[in-house]
Amino acid sequence: MAEIAHAPDHHPAHHGHAESNWFIKYMWSTDHKVIALQYMFTGMLMAMIAGFMAYVFRMQLAYPGMNVPFFGHVSPEQYNALITNHGSIMVFWVAMPVLLAGFGNFLIPLMCGCDDMVFPRINRLSYQLFFISAVVLVVSWFVPGGGFGGAWTAYPPLSAVGKYNLTPMGSSLWVLAVALEFVAFLLGGINFIVTAMNARAPGMRAFDVPLAVWMIVTASLLFMASVGPLIAGAVMLLFDQNLGTGFYNPTRGGDPVLWQHLFWFFGHPEVYVVLLPAMGIVAEIITVFARKKMFGYKTVIYTVVATGVLSFFVWAHHQFVAGIDPRMANVFTVTTVIISIPIAEMCFLYIATLYGGSIRFTTPMLWALAFIAEFLIGGVTGIYLGASGADIFFHDTYFVVAHFHYTFYPIAIIGTIAGITFWFPKIFGRMMNETLGKIHFWGTIIPFNFIFIPMFFLGLSGEHRRIYDYTHFPDLATPSMQALRITSTVALVIMLLFQFIFIFNFLYSWLRGRKAEKNPWRSNTLEWTADSPPPHGNWREMPTVYRGPYEYATPGRDSDYWPQDERA
Amino acid sequence: MLLRLPSASTYSGDIDQLVLWVTLLAGFWFFAAEGMFFWLMWRFRARPGVKSQYITGKEPHLKRWLNIPHIFILIFDVIIIVMAVRVWVKVKQTMPPADDTVRIVSRQWAWTFQHSGTDGQLDTADDVWTSDTLHVAEGKTYHFLLESKDVIHSFFVPVFRLKQDAIPGRTISGWFKATKTGTYDILCAEICGMGHGIMGGRIVIESPEQHATWVSQHSVLADAGTTASDSTAAPSTAGHVARGHLAAGQN
Repeated sequence: MAEIAHAPDHHPAHHGHAESNWFIKYMWSTDHKVIALQYMFTGMLMAMIAGFMAYVFRMQLAYPGMNVPFFGHVSPEQYNALITNHGSIMVFWVAMPVLLAGFGNFLIPLMCGCDDMVFPRINRLSYQLFFISAVVLVVSWFVPGGGFGGAWTAYPPLSAVGKYNLTPMGSSLWVLAVALEFVAFLLGGINFIVTAMNARAPGMRAFDVPLAVWMIVTASLLFMASVGPLIAGAVMLLFDQNLGTGFYNPTRGGDPVLWQHLFWFFGHPEVYVVLLPAMGIVAEIITVFARKKMFGYKTVIYTVVATGVLSFFVWAHHQFVAGIDPRMANVFTVTTVIISIPIAEMCFLYIATLYGGSIRFTTPMLWALAFIAEFLIGGVTGIYLGASGADIFFHDTYFVVAHFHYTFYPIAIIGTIAGITFWFPKIFGRMMNETLGKIHFWGTIIPFNFIFIPMFFLGLSGEHRRIYDYTHFPDLATPSMQALRITSTVALVIMLLFQFIFIFNFLYSWLRGRKAEKNPWRSNTLEWTADSPPPHGNWREMPTVYRGPYEYATPGRDSDYWPQDERA
Repeated sequence: MLLRLPSASTYSGDIDQLVLWVTLLAGFWFFAAEGMFFWLMWRFRARPGVKSQYITGKEPHLKRWLNIPHIFILIFDVIIIVMAVRVWVKVKQTMPPADDTVRIVSRQWAWTFQHSGTDGQLDTADDVWTSDTLHVAEGKTYHFLLESKDVIHSFFVPVFRLKQDAIPGRTISGWFKATKTGTYDILCAEICGMGHGIMGGRIVIESPEQHATWVSQHSVLADAGTTASDSTAAPSTAGHVARGHLAAGQN
C-alpha cells in the first residue's frame, strides 16, 4: 500500500530537474517533510506575533496607560483586538499547525513506514490554504477600523453587527480567516487518517502503531466530526455581517445563543484536538528516555477514544450562565466532571511508565515531564469550572484564564518544544545544544508558573476578563491585586526573553550543530531507521515491522531497545 | 475562605463551601499524583549498571496502584457533582418568593436599574431609575429581570457570587438576597465592545430603613414627574415583560 504515494506527481529525489529550483523544492513541494516544516515555521512565526501581543497587553495591565516600548499607547479597541487575536492565533495558527499539521505530517509517514502521505497534492493544497488563512488574518489587523476585538469566541450580536463592534471589515476577515483555516485542516485530516489506516509498513498492525500516530489520527477524527457545525455557523455569521441576514439577530427571529452552541460544540473537542498530539509526543519521549515500555499501551488508546467521545457531550459547560435552560447545566456538569476519569487514567499511565525506568533527564525529557506536571494543574483546576455551582462565580474571571493557560500552554508550547528538541536530529540531521536547551527550559518553566499562578488568585478576588484597565473598578484596583498583575507581566517578559536562547540554539544547531547519527536516542520507532534527515521518499528500502513500538529492556536481550523493523 | 473577597448574599457561603470542597477533593489527588510523579523521577533516575525493567502494565500487583485511585476518583467525582448540583439548584433553578423586584437593563456600556419605588411594584409611576448604581435592602429577597438592549452582557456581582448573562431579545430572571451592608462592584463579565473595560457599576446594600428612606426620597421625585438626581435613563414601557419572558427558574 505504501506504493500508492508514488503517484505520478511524486518525483523520487534523484530525477526531476525541478529539485534544483528553490521555490519548487520548498514552496511547491508535495514532500510530507517539507510541508511539515512549512506548517511548523508558519506556526512558530505566528507564535512570535502572538507572544508580542501578549507582551503588549500584559504591559498595559501592569502599567495602565503607559507607552509600551515597541508599541506605544494601547487604546481600548486595540486592547480588545490584541487579546482576541492572541487567542485566535495561539489556538488556530500555532497549536493546530504545529502540533497537528506539523508533527502529523512529519511523523505519520515516517512512523508508519511509508514514503509519503497518501494524497501528496491535497497535502500541499492544505498548507497553501492555511497560508492564505494566515495572510487574511494578518491583513484583518490593518483594514479601516482595525482588527476584530470581540474575543476569540466571537459571540454575536457583538461580532455580527458593525455598529456594535466598530470593526466591520476586521470582523468579517477574522471569520473568513478562521473558516479558511478549518478547510485547510479538513484536507490535512483526511490525509492523516487515510495514510495511517492504509499505508502502514508490512507487518504493522493497529496495535503496533506508535501512540503519537494514534493520537494525531484520533485528533483528526475529532476535528473532522466537530468542525462541520462551526463552519456552518461561521458562514451564517458572515451572512449576518455582510448580507443582512438575521441568524443571530433576535429582532428578526434569530438567536445569539445558537452561535454559542455551534462554537462550543466544536470548541470543546478542539481542546482535545490539540491536546492529543501533544500527549502523543510526550508518550514517545518518556518511553525513550525512561527506557520503558508504555505502561498499558492499549489502555492509553482506550482512554483516548473515551475522552474523544465524551468531549462531544460537554460543550455547554462554557454556557452555564449564558441564559440556557438552567436544568441543562445539571446534565453538562455530570459529563464534564466525568471526563476527568479517562484523562486522569491517561495521566496516571504516563506517570506509571516511569516506574522501573532508567530515566535520563535530557532536554526533550525535561519538557515531556514538565508537560505532565503542569498539565495536571490545568486538569485539576478544570474541576472548579466544571462544577456548575462554582462556575457561577468563576465563569469569565481570571481563574478561567489561568486554568486554560495551564492546559494550552503545556500543549502549545511545552509539547511543541518537547517534540522539536526530540526530533530535531531527525528533521535537520544535527544535534541541538543540550546546555542551551536546559537553560531555555528552566528560563521558560519557572517564569511560566509566575505568570499564571497569580491569575488564579486574581480570579479568586473576582477579577473579570478582557478589561484593559482595572482602575475603573474600585474593588479590583487594590494595590495587592496590582502587585499580582505586575508579577505576572514581569514573569512574562522574562519568559519571552529566554525564547531568544531557543531561537539561537535552533538556528545555530541547524547550521553548525554536531552531525546526528540515524538513531541518537536509541529509539524503537521507524522514523529513526531512516537517514537523518530522511531523503525524499524516506527510505531506500522500505521497512518491515516485526513488533510494537515500545520494546525497551526486553528480557533476554543485551541491548535495551529493539527497533520495530529489526528481524527477530 | 479561599475566595479573597467579602461574602454578601445568602448563597455566597454555599458557593465558597463548594469551592473549598473541590479544593480538598481535587487537591488531594493533585498532590498525590504530583508527589508520586516526582518520587518516581528521583527513584528511577538513570544509574550506572541499573537497567530499566520490562513492565507491560498488565501486572496485577502494579495495576492495583491505578485501579484503586480510580475508584476513589470516581467516588470523589460523584461527591463533587452532587454538591455542585445542589448549589446550582439553589442559586439558579429555584426562585424563593420575592419581597421586591428590580429590572436590570444593560447596554453598550452602562447599567440601568429600575427600582420598584414605594409601592413595591415595577412599571408603575413611582419607579426609580438609576444609572450605574443599584440600591438594595439587606435581608430582602429580590427578583431581578435582566435585559440587554444591544449585545450580550453579563451581570456579575462578585460579593454575591452571582453571574448571569444578559441576552438581547430575552428577559432572564433570577434572585438574590443580600446579607451585608456596604458598597461593592458590579461588573460586566462578557466582552461587549470597545467600552467593555469601563462598564462597571456599584451595588449599594443598605439596611431596610436606610433603603426605605432612599426610595421615598427618589420615588417622590419620580412621582412628581422629574428625574431622580442620579437617574439618566428613560422610563421603561410595559412592553419589556411582554417580550419573550424567560424565567430562569420557572421554565
